[in-house]
Order: sequence, then structure tokens, then C-alpha cells
Amino acid sequence: MVSSSLITIAAEGSPSPVMPHLSEVILGLVAFGILLFVLSKFVVPKFEALYTERTAKIEGGIEKAEAAQKEAEAALVQYKAQLAEARAESARIRDDARAEAEQIKEELRAQAQAESARIVAQGQAQLEAQRAQIVAELRAELGRQAVELASRIVGESLEDEARRRGTVDRFLTDLDSVSAPAKR
Amino acid sequence: MGRLVLAEEGTFIPPGAKDFDLPAIFGGVTKPMVLIVLSIIIILAFFLLATRKLSVVPSKFQFAAESVYDFGRNNIARDQIGSKEFKPFVPLILALFTFTLVNNIFGIIPIIQFPTFSHIGFPLALAVLVIFPVYHIAGIRKFGLGRYLKKSVIPPGIPKPVYLLLTPIEIFLKFFMDPITLAIRVFAAMFAGHLILLVFTLGGEYLLLEAGPALKPVSIISFAMAIAMTFLEALIQVLQAYIFALLSAGYIGMSLAEDH
Repeated sequence: MVSSSLITIAAEGSPSPVMPHLSEVILGLVAFGILLFVLSKFVVPKFEALYTERTAKIEGGIEKAEAAQKEAEAALVQYKAQLAEARAESARIRDDARAEAEQIKEELRAQAQAESARIVAQGQAQLEAQRAQIVAELRAELGRQAVELASRIVGESLEDEARRRGTVDRFLTDLDSVSAPAKR
Repeated sequence: MGRLVLAEEGTFIPPGAKDFDLPAIFGGVTKPMVLIVLSIIIILAFFLLATRKLSVVPSKFQFAAESVYDFGRNNIARDQIGSKEFKPFVPLILALFTFTLVNNIFGIIPIIQFPTFSHIGFPLALAVLVIFPVYHIAGIRKFGLGRYLKKSVIPPGIPKPVYLLLTPIEIFLKFFMDPITLAIRVFAAMFAGHLILLVFTLGGEYLLLEAGPALKPVSIISFAMAIAMTFLEALIQVLQAYIFALLSAGYIGMSLAEDH
């Protein structure tokens, strides 16, 4: 009863709610058209541009970071190369120094040996000279004394100088020839 | 029991379809018409203000606008249409979503308190005169008329005799039911929701003012129900706006899809 009366009230009072009003359809279309137009002309392009920019920024940042990393790696490689080079250099210098020291030592040794040889030779020469001198002196002395003694014994002066010299020299030469084989 | 009491007291007229037929404010202009215009102004003001100075690092307001835009663009348009072809439809989907959302939410905004889409004219205009042509034209432009129709009404991979049954159903669905159900879904939800709110508020008011002293406290229950229903309505209004835009995008995506 009640419900049927309600339906009649609704039916009489207003058109069915599922029947569209033409004015509303038109208004809805126009309003939506305006909304769609403004959104697609002014709002969406701006957001899309922003998104593109943001993507670019992020990708740019990533690229920048990658570049920085690459640079750092290159620097590291370079640094390592330099370090290796420096090490090689230092090793080379050390070797050189060692070789040089060796050489210097060798040179000094040779020098010292030469010096000692020279000193020895000099000494020998000096000795030789002294010996020769002494021999000469002794020979002269011996000759003189021998003549003196002889003259004393003989009692006469050997006046003839030339003869005297010849006698002494002959004597000494004889002496030499006797003593030389014994020395050898 | 209550009904009898009410009947004794006199004149409780339950809300019905007539309550949706609001009188003209001036000329032929009614409240829903004003609300439609208001919704356009609100949406455009929101987006135009937000996009005035866009920066890569968003401000709070820009972030809010971006979230709405993102939701329409990525969650609805891109998911439904596919990442290759969704770009041209972004404005349409965004407009559908925001337009429906704001008009639905009007239903629970104090003073306004009228979901515009409970007048079937508006959703019908969108569904039948906007979305329906858009997805068919998109499909025809991509595949050509013949291939598009064949693809739509004779889906491949089905035993031949079944087509006798399937093809008429597909035609009926694709060319009649899809747009109409799209409109009716949101219309019915808004209509019923508003009606429920009317029932509880008007009922509560009547119980408080007109009913006998024994029944006056019952109005509290009625008002409490009205408040609870308002929250439910808020959920349904947002959900319906989402579904409306989602299904629109879904239809577009389906007509652009290579195969089912």
C-alpha cells in the first residue's frame, strides 16, 4: 500500500531519475570539454615537460657520477703507474750507486796497488843507486888504501898515476869475476 | 511498528526520486548545473595554480597536484592502456578522474551536499558521448575499420560454432552495454548513496521534531547512522571516480590491444 503510493508520488512528482535531462547532458559535455581542453593544453604538457626535465636531471646526475668515477679510476691508474715508475727509478738509482761504489772501490784499490808498486820500485831503485854509489865509493877507497898499503909495503911511491889506476882496476875486475858467480 | 507510530503522528514523507529534482535557482539553472561549473573551476584552479611554477624539486602544493596527476597518468592510464600508447589519453583520463571525483565528493561537502552524478545526464554524457566514441575511434584509427570490428566482435581462438553465440553478445556488450553500464554504475552509486543519507538525516530530523517522546532518542541512532554512512559515502565516491576512469582507460586499452 505505502510503497505503491510512494511510487505514484515519485512518478507524478518528477520524471524518472534514469531519464536524462537534455540540458544536463549538454552542460556536462560542454563543461567536460572545457576541462579537457584546458587540462590538455596547459596542464598536461607542463607536467610532461617537468617529468622529462626531471628524468634528464636524474640521468644527468648519474652520468656525472659515472664520469667522476671514471676520472677517479683513471687517476688511480695513473697514480699506480707513477708509483711503479718511482719505485723502478729508485731501484735503478740504488743499483747505479752500488755499481758506482763498486767501481770507485775497484779504482781505489788499483790506485793503491799502483802506488804501492811505485813506492816499492822507487825504494828498489834508490837502494840500487845507493848500492852502486857505495860500491863505487868502496872501490875508490879500496883502491887508494890498497895502493897506500902496497906503497908502504913496497916502500916506494907508485908515481905513475896511469899505471897505478890500471893495476887497481885490473885487481878489482878480477875480484868481481871471482865474486860474481858466487853471488849468482 | 515505527511506521505505524509515524503514520499516527502524521506526515513523514520518505525521500525519493523527487528529492533529486531540485527547483531552479534562477532561470532554468539548477543546483547540479551550478555544481558542474563549480567543479570545473575548482579542478582548473587547482591544476593551473600548481603548474604555474613547476620545479624539479616540488613544493608541497606541487607535490599534491603531481600526486593526482601521477595517479591518473601512471596508475590508471598507463596501467590500462599500456606504456606505448597511453600518452595521448592522459588528459582525457585525468579529466575524467578529477571531474568525477570532485562531483562525487560534492555529495558530502557541507552546504553543497549533492553528488552531481546522481543526475544521470552527466555520467551518460561522458560515457556515451565522450568515452564511447573515443575508444572506438582510437581502435579504428589503429587497425582500420574492418580489422577493428573483426577483432572486437570475433575474438580469435574460439571454436567456430561458439561465434554464433559469442558475436551477438560481443556486439551487444561493446556497442551498447559498456557505455551504458559505465554511466549507470556511477549514477546508481551516487543516487543510492545520497538517498541513504537523506533517509537517515530526514528520518532523524522527523523523529526528533515530530515523533512522540518515547521515540525521540531513536533519532540519535538515525543521526549516528547518517554520519557513519557519510564516511562510507566518502569511500564510495572516491572509489567510483577511480572505477569510472579506470574502466574508461580499460576500454581504450582493450580497443588498442593487439589480441585479447
